[in-house]
Amino acid sequence: MTLAIILAGGAAVSPLVFQLAIFVLAIFVGYYVVWSVTPALHTPLMAVTNAISSVIIVGALIAVAAGTKGGSPISTWTGVIAVALCAVNIFGGFLVTQRMLAMYKKKER
Amino acid sequence: MTLSADLAAVLYTVSAILFILALRGLSSPETSRRGNLYGMVGIGVAIVTTILVAGLGGQGLLLVGAGLAVGGGVGAVIARKIPMTDMPQLVAAFHSLVGLAAVLVALAAFFSPESFGIVGDGGLMKPGSLLELSLGAGIGAITFTGSLIAFAKLNGNMSGAPILLPARHLINIALAAAFFFLVGMMMSTGGADPWMMWALIGLTLILGFTLIIPIGGADMPVVVSMLNSYSGWAAAALGFTLGNLALIIVGALVGSSGAILSYIMCKGMNRSFVSVILGGFGGDAAAAVGDREERPIKRGSAEDAAFIMKNASKVIIVPGYGLAVAQAQHATREMADTLKEAGVDVAYAIHPVAGRMPGHMNVLLAEANVPYDEVFELEDINSEFSNADVAFVIGANDVTNPAAKTDPQSPIAGMPILDVDKAATVLFVKRSLSPGYAGIDNDLFYEDKTMMLLSEAKKMVEEIIKAL
Repeated sequence: MTLAIILAGGAAVSPLVFQLAIFVLAIFVGYYVVWSVTPALHTPLMAVTNAISSVIIVGALIAVAAGTKGGSPISTWTGVIAVALCAVNIFGGFLVTQRMLAMYKKKER
Repeated sequence: MTLSADLAAVLYTVSAILFILALRGLSSPETSRRGNLYGMVGIGVAIVTTILVAGLGGQGLLLVGAGLAVGGGVGAVIARKIPMTDMPQLVAAFHSLVGLAAVLVALAAFFSPESFGIVGDGGLMKPGSLLELSLGAGIGAITFTGSLIAFAKLNGNMSGAPILLPARHLINIALAAAFFFLVGMMMSTGGADPWMMWALIGLTLILGFTLIIPIGGADMPVVVSMLNSYSGWAAAALGFTLGNLALIIVGALVGSSGAILSYIMCKGMNRSFVSVILGGFGGDAAAAVGDREERPIKRGSAEDAAFIMKNASKVIIVPGYGLAVAQAQHATREMADTLKEAGVDVAYAIHPVAGRMPGHMNVLLAEANVPYDEVFELEDINSEFSNADVAFVIGANDVTNPAAKTDPQSPIAGMPILDVDKAATVLFVKRSLSPGYAGIDNDLFYEDKTMMLLSEAKKMVEEIIKAL
């Protein structure tokens, strides 16, 4: 709805307002989705939210690109380290979640 | 190959939708595994899209590949090796990495503003972008050091007892005020002086430390959830700087997820979020209650317990963290299996704060091959206790204490408890009569229907299995 209004509003909406609208909507999506998570899976939920918050790697990749294409070497190195840290989280987070979820079994009947 | 910005935005949206589906999958164990797969694809899409749109090539690509290989290798090994009892520490450690990554990305953007598209008129950085960057770096830094402290407390590298600095609230307020002052200064000068960025990162690193050290070990489940939330907000703040939809949406999802989990944990302990954050409560070694009167208890042996349970038609097992500490999950499941073979109906009742993080006890039981459809949450099983012949409490104490309902003066007054006192017989497996972390006596120990099985949890359960 809100998006439609913004889009229909047309002309010049600043990108910030647009991003804020998406941000607020995503908080609502998060609120409803997370309340529907069964309490039995709250630990995997934390592990997987941790893994997906490593999508911050996007910023790290841009930093490496910036640094290696004539930007500040600080950007290159902070970027590379951030890529490695995020990679620990991404691989570690998703794999440990997978390991946990594989343990949840139904009663044998 | 480079991607157009529009196509990239579409792909980032796709990856954000995959993340939403990943969380949605967790609504039941059956769909959760597919959900996790969606999450992996989502992050893969985001990474490939960024590599293409940023035009990473040559040396840059090599460096990124090396970073991914090293980090990914370390992560994969940790994920395979970590014992399930250590999940709270692991999650805390992972949060600290996200926090540090956020700080590093903010620094990178600060030192290469052109590439991040945050340069405004006159060659200075846009004030709005500087605000987002500082918030991302600041929240990231708090998450980093805060999670390190949480890790050390959970992992036992540091005592769980709250460490109370004199005038700690004043220190925290002063640090926060100094942070916002620096942000304001930086915004008005267009980020011309890099020292301000370093200084505000330094301030928030200290703040993360001073915020978490006064919080006791028993409150760590709330802290871990809260830091989970913070890592999300840090990601969202940087998402605004980068104008990246995936990052903004993920930040919002993770932020609200962590906030909801903190709320659930606080409710499970009947503590207000503010009082947890202000700290000073619930060390692992709570002060012993001095003038406890000696009251008679009924002690039982493993044979007695086996006899009672074998003749019961319904047994509800109430596991607490003590079960995991004693590594008695597998033995308990074996006992339950034996009882089921004898025709006894067995269920497990889990209190929201039974483990050391949200849902921890469920994972520990799942690891011991307990089917998840025999495991029930407090609100789903509490009415069942009155139909149960036996409540078998193992490694839990405070979460069964009727004082939460009857004694308004009790430190746990108002905390939701499992109504084990409604069962016909209560069996308590405990090492000693010592009170739980809240330092309060449990009247249930002295009731007629209660039989205390005073022994080490694993040994007792194994003896019961033998007697069955």
